[in-house]
Amino acid sequence: MIVELSLAVAAAVLLAYVLVCSLSLAIGPTPADRAVALDTINTLVVAIMVLLGAALDLMIIMDVALVYALLSFVGTLYLARYLEEGLR
Amino acid sequence: MRRVAEVAATFAPAFSVYLVLTAFSGEVGLWSLAELIGGAVVSFLVALASHRLLWERGGWRLLNPWRWAVFLFYLLGPFFLAMARANLDVAYRVITGRINPGIVRFNPGLKTDAGRTMLANSITLTPGTLTVDVDDETGDFYVHWINVRNVDPKPEEVCGNFPNWAKVVAE
Amino acid sequence: MTILMYVFLGIGAIFNGLGAVALHRFPDVYTRLHGATKCTTFGSIFSILAVVVYGVARGGDVGISMVIRAVLALVFLLLTNPTGSHALARAAHRAGIKPFKAVVDRLEEVGK
Repeated sequence: MIVELSLAVAAAVLLAYVLVCSLSLAIGPTPADRAVALDTINTLVVAIMVLLGAALDLMIIMDVALVYALLSFVGTLYLARYLEEGLR
Repeated sequence: MRRVAEVAATFAPAFSVYLVLTAFSGEVGLWSLAELIGGAVVSFLVALASHRLLWERGGWRLLNPWRWAVFLFYLLGPFFLAMARANLDVAYRVITGRINPGIVRFNPGLKTDAGRTMLANSITLTPGTLTVDVDDETGDFYVHWINVRNVDPKPEEVCGNFPNWAKVVAE
Repeated sequence: MTILMYVFLGIGAIFNGLGAVALHRFPDVYTRLHGATKCTTFGSIFSILAVVVYGVARGGDVGISMVIRAVLALVFLLLTNPTGSHALARAAHRAGIKPFKAVVDRLEEVGK
């Protein structure tokens, strides 16, 4: 019980970091800075999902974390492409 | 013939990942019959679609188990230590704000895509360095160094003996 | 076992926080990428290792499938994170963002 609670607390701490990062996402100042902040948030979200999956005993969240990790990588690549060439 | 081998070599890892993810689903061994058939069909389609991308330029040498053993040792030993040092280094720079950045160029002499990818990722996760670009023809690495000590560095100054590890594992 | 899990959770929380703070502390895209990539990868590895330890300690079907998924997530993070940051750094340089107070910029000299 207490173990599951500590996992959930760790997930909540990481969620606070996501808020800190989204502050950076809002400040910018350049699009590249925002992309970096978004990339950081993606990594943190994967960690949060894995922790919550263990804490709540929901295996489906961990499956979602796997798919999210791969899809967010593709998203980052597209962001990079957009930074390089604009919307084309 | 070559194409069949390529498809088979892509099918095997795809199907094993599917099996690992769906373990404990039924009674045929650890899996249910539906998962086995569905997984085989999906893995086969994936193999048909992607085998050209994976094995085009001499990827066969990466199947050697000795390379995997060396890679695992590298990951748990020197790489992990360098990563821990990198994080303490970033902690130091976050607290003091002392930086002296620049983009330097060096040539580690790697020839294959796999070796370059491995070295570039290692460099990004180790102390004070971040790969910005790799020249595909000459193999020059352009690295953002957060504390430039030498404007024209040798590979050893930036990333230690990582190029040798990359050569052993991937070339 | 439980102690080990708490230690991993603590290390993960500290280094992930460092990555988040580095985003605000550093002056330009490249140095931010340094902090963000290294610290969040390292911190997330430890957060996920804590789940691995939890799954091993728990055992049984659920524990083992937890370990499998956590290890796969770890592998994906290790592969995709540095590659993504590399793509972002290259894109930022091609978009013409200069490194802050750089003493040398060889990539600019080549003119690509």
